Amino acid sequence: MEFLTIIQVLDSTVRLATPLLLACLAGLFSERAGIFDIGLEGKMLIAAFFSAAVAAVTGSVWLGLLAGIAASLVLSGLHGLASITFRGNQLISGVAINFLAAGLTVLIAQDWFAQGGRTPSLAGAARFAPIELPFASALAGVPVIGPIYSELLSGHSILVYIALLAVPGTWWLLYRTRFGLRLRAVGENPAAVDTAGVSVVGLRFAAVAICGVLCGIAGAYLATALQAGFVKDMTAGRGFIALAALIFAKWRPWHALWACLLFGFLQAIALRYQNIDLGVFVVPVQVMDALPYILTVVILAGFVGKAIPPRAGGEPYVKER
Amino acid sequence: MEKMPHWADVVLIPLISLILAAILSALVILAIGEDPVAAVKLMVTGALGSTYGWGYTLYYATNFMFTGLAVAVAFHARLFNIGGEGQAMLGGLGVALVCLMIPWPHWSLALAAAILGAAAFGALWAAVPAWLQAKRGSHIVITTIMFNFIAAALLNYLLVNVLRPAGSMDPASARFPETVKLPTLHEMLAPIGIEFSRAAPANITLLVAIAACVLVWVLIWRTRLGYEIRAYGHSETGALYAGISPVKITVVAMVISGALAGMMAINNVMGEAERLVMNATEGAGFIGIAVALMGRSHPFGVFLAAILFGFLYQGGAELALWTSIPRELIVVIQALVILFTGALDNMVRMPLEKLFLRMNRGRG
Repeated sequence: MEFLTIIQVLDSTVRLATPLLLACLAGLFSERAGIFDIGLEGKMLIAAFFSAAVAAVTGSVWLGLLAGIAASLVLSGLHGLASITFRGNQLISGVAINFLAAGLTVLIAQDWFAQGGRTPSLAGAARFAPIELPFASALAGVPVIGPIYSELLSGHSILVYIALLAVPGTWWLLYRTRFGLRLRAVGENPAAVDTAGVSVVGLRFAAVAICGVLCGIAGAYLATALQAGFVKDMTAGRGFIALAALIFAKWRPWHALWACLLFGFLQAIALRYQNIDLGVFVVPVQVMDALPYILTVVILAGFVGKAIPPRAGGEPYVKER
Repeated sequence: MEKMPHWADVVLIPLISLILAAILSALVILAIGEDPVAAVKLMVTGALGSTYGWGYTLYYATNFMFTGLAVAVAFHARLFNIGGEGQAMLGGLGVALVCLMIPWPHWSLALAAAILGAAAFGALWAAVPAWLQAKRGSHIVITTIMFNFIAAALLNYLLVNVLRPAGSMDPASARFPETVKLPTLHEMLAPIGIEFSRAAPANITLLVAIAACVLVWVLIWRTRLGYEIRAYGHSETGALYAGISPVKITVVAMVISGALAGMMAINNVMGEAERLVMNATEGAGFIGIAVALMGRSHPFGVFLAAILFGFLYQGGAELALWTSIPRELIVVIQALVILFTGALDNMVRMPLEKLFLRMNRGRG
């Protein structure tokens, strides 16, 4: 492979990994607080639609982003209501949220824009434009470092950099603040947190809300930066790949970054090459599609290091009386 | 605290949930500027007003009976099988192999073999996550989700590279031979003088699905294995104390569940499409979740809920045809049913329990 080809594949890796990373961190907050969330997909999807729709109507991508986050937060609130307040089954709630988003987005899109369940194409200020890092064009001519800086690192939308900054941010919040300690504790042993006089319900709702915000950014990125507008089912299983990455990362922020980059890389490869000829045999493109899921199953099964979820995950907390 | 009567739990709660879902759906229809009453009328005439409509309603219902039973059996062992979609895809592969590899002299033999093939492939696809949960402790919900995607990729590969006939651009298998064509309701009902629509896809698989409902009822409430499954679902430690092996129950319950989901393929692959196409399941595996929740995991409840969803599906298709309401309305209704009967169950249940408590006090 040519050096420039490698750079291009890696560049596309970064762009494809960004929504995965945001959704993965979203899931991390929720699951670390003991709330399983298989509704990441649905929250991303509804955020993708509302961000694109509002950006198309107002012409401002920032208002779109806010709308996307708000829509995702509404579904988060629903998930919280079902799984925290009414102590329902978190997995079933997640399934319901995914379908709700899949149905509502097309229904509303058809009603608003009448274009077969999509929004109009976004252009200009209705999209996130690439950001040129300083000296990117000046350094482009320098061998090796030039292309890496100007092609790979520079020229992404602001949401890509936000996603990358969210990784140390998450790490700091979880491991260096009191809130983070409590959040992790509530996912392991909510009774202990309750005994210490801290509200389990409040902490869990906070975690679910953070999850909603991050999913909202992820969805907005999909519809207003990666692509120019919303199309039906545009998340295409990314919420589940993010979930897979979360397990792959064993619920840790820095590992989540590497897992998402790996899965983004697989997507980039699958996008660029149909079948990969390794000389001895040909790897079909479908293997690339399935690889994140297969890797997750292998990791979950503990064949390559055991993935142990937060202990109180999926269990509604019932206060003793 | 006194519990509410059994009938309230079985009938009243699903009914209230359904009404809540219906009210919200009506609001959604209003919000997009259509008339809910007219929409319901259109759905009823479209889905139940002719034998053509019934033929489609029952065809969809047949799919949902299988996937609903699959989820229900797993629910009894307190396992959430979200992988019905993948298991049904693999079931389709089993049916296609059975129908294409062996020259069957008569459809009845082919049907028997196809049932076995579909069940075996579906069961296999469920057995792996079950074994991983039982032996390696990996969460069955996550693994079955992953297996849905792996199944889709596998089918994609096989249809494009292996099963596609030479010269065809379509990622689909060859058409099944004429001899394995299953009798449709039209052909079955004509001899007894009932004129049923010729165009509708409902076929003899409906009877297989009803038989499956009966067999699952027998299994769950009339056999030792069913008792063990329910005991395990009720209390894992209790079951363990009674000498019931968690590994065995997990694997057996999931194998039965996967086999049922896989058997859906005799309806959509053998009965309707008569070849294996990409995305043949069309989300029926996920609708099984709504059906099982709505039907309270009881085979008779699943039967009724499957017909309800069959009606919604066919009615929704008619709506999309004649109004500006897209088919996705059904997905919203499905989501609301899952939400109210599954996740927000307590929201409906708690006030109802209080109400019954007050009524009991008033009487005493």
